[in-house]
Amino acid sequence: MIATHLPVLLILAPLLGAVLAALSRNGFAAWLIALVASALTATFSLALLWRVQAEGVISYRLGGWAPELGIEYRIDAVNAFIVVLIGIVAFLTMIFARRSVLAPERIAWFYTMMLLCVAGLLGISVTGDAFNAFVFLEISSLSTYTLIALGRDRRALVAAYQYLIVGTIGATFYVIGVGLLYLITGTLNLGLIVERLGAIESSRALIVAEAFIVVGIGLKLALFPLHAWLPNAYAYAPSSAAVLLASTATKVAIYLLARFLFTVFGGHVDVGQVPLGSILIGLSLAAMFIPSAAAVFQNDIKRVLAFSSLGQIGYITLGLALANPTGLTGGLLHLFNHALMKGAAFMAIGAIVLRTGTAKLDELSGIGRTMPWTAGALTVAGLALIGVPGTSGFVSKYYLILGSMEAGLGWLAILIVASSLIAVLYVGRIVEVIWFREPALAAREASEAPGELLLPMLILAGVTIYFGLDAEWPAGLASAAAQALLGVAR
Amino acid sequence: MIAHFSQIATVFLMVAGLYVVIARGNLIKKLIGLSLFQTSVYLLYILPGKVLGGTAPILDAGYSVYANPLPHVLILTAIVVGIATLALGLTLVVRIKEAYGTIEEDEIFAKDGPRAKVDPKVSKASVSPLNKTGRGGKSA
Repeated sequence: MIATHLPVLLILAPLLGAVLAALSRNGFAAWLIALVASALTATFSLALLWRVQAEGVISYRLGGWAPELGIEYRIDAVNAFIVVLIGIVAFLTMIFARRSVLAPERIAWFYTMMLLCVAGLLGISVTGDAFNAFVFLEISSLSTYTLIALGRDRRALVAAYQYLIVGTIGATFYVIGVGLLYLITGTLNLGLIVERLGAIESSRALIVAEAFIVVGIGLKLALFPLHAWLPNAYAYAPSSAAVLLASTATKVAIYLLARFLFTVFGGHVDVGQVPLGSILIGLSLAAMFIPSAAAVFQNDIKRVLAFSSLGQIGYITLGLALANPTGLTGGLLHLFNHALMKGAAFMAIGAIVLRTGTAKLDELSGIGRTMPWTAGALTVAGLALIGVPGTSGFVSKYYLILGSMEAGLGWLAILIVASSLIAVLYVGRIVEVIWFREPALAAREASEAPGELLLPMLILAGVTIYFGLDAEWPAGLASAAAQALLGVAR
Repeated sequence: MIAHFSQIATVFLMVAGLYVVIARGNLIKKLIGLSLFQTSVYLLYILPGKVLGGTAPILDAGYSVYANPLPHVLILTAIVVGIATLALGLTLVVRIKEAYGTIEEDEIFAKDGPRAKVDPKVSKASVSPLNKTGRGGKSA
């Protein structure tokens, strides 16, 4: 009985949890509520994945109203994959978030915003309605702006403001695109849009709609030239908020982009002629090289990681641009793996900031001597960012290289490897400073991070290694998701 | 002609709003531009929903021609989102004004060089209790 309502329970758990957390007005109670709500979400997401694998696509009618009149939640191999990722990362982040919080009177609000953000991200992932996706996009965005503004530096305020401006422009572009689609097809349900697009003769409005939607979502996912908001937002946000944002927020935007590119616009013949694939390859390549190179020159480790995120997003969008089963599998697998490794990395740096009060690389020399587990997790995550064999990053880049070979773009494979060498530079710099330098004052005074920070961090780092050795489970999920995306396109 | 006029008005508002966001350095003016930009989208949705000679969507045997109600509902939602965004944006501007003493973008960037001092007022407001040795903590 309850199983039929899984898709909506998934959203309700964090949404109601957010209300309760806000009402509780008490830091510890709010944390407990957040933990329970995110544990429920993680459970529901796994149950949902299991059901999708057993029964295929699940369509859930909200309030019993059929699509066209009502909103449909539609879960296939793609959403189930994303939802599980969000569920698990959100749960681990909540464990981590017990310590890295703020002034007492703000703690309850902090957890409220975290839960709202999770609810919004899950909502984007499960909904089959284009406008509903916008509403959830704004729920997650507004809570994200608040989370960033809670950072302890005053520059957090400016970062939040800038993200608010850019994010709102992005969301509005998305709504313009959806509005045009609605004018063309008369429906907001993605499935029905696809059905009716076939009958559309002139593709002009469709191309405009696609342009607006791609640019709008591109702003949200920090696609290369639209990425300027991201480094400051990640660097000044509170540590646990940075973990959540870095591992889930941009990933959900990428999912939405994939959904529109493949499921919606892939269904129409004419739009396929717009050279979006080659544009996306170009932008992805630029993202893989330029922000990665910028990461090498950052002193703040959070900023290094933020710039590296931009580069890694490039690999994921490259997978989308390749649009063959192997390449797309690689892209989606990298989305999954990157969420886990970046989560571990941001948790490690959060723990270091908690113990030393700084994330500046030059003040953290030798921190590996006093915080070996934390530094170890950071190192594992760094190796995975490079794509060293034995870490999950290697597997997904391997798929990407195979995918580019399959597409007949051998030079792309070379560029993937070449850009990984830039990651060697910025990760190598961090590893050298934290392990091999004489401990500085900050490092000598620090002690190992507390258990509730170490636990989720080491789980993520462990999983990063495990999925590097045995990638069957995530690769199977990613490949099923890729086939689901491409299957509709054909 | 009327249909074209409404489209031109929509696009003009859209572009004007976006231009204000990009061209102005004042944080409040940017938000005004953003609101203008969002408002143009309300028009984009609502105008095509109007049926000439149609009534409001009332379920009654007396009326057969009525305007499409769905865009109105959608835009009602979008308006709520817009208000929330504007409210949050203005709140951030208030906090920025408290922290920096200005709402001009270039002055804010000038104050926050890599070695800019942390304003005591901000660190009191936003410093984390856990951050015992951090810079923000010291100045509090």
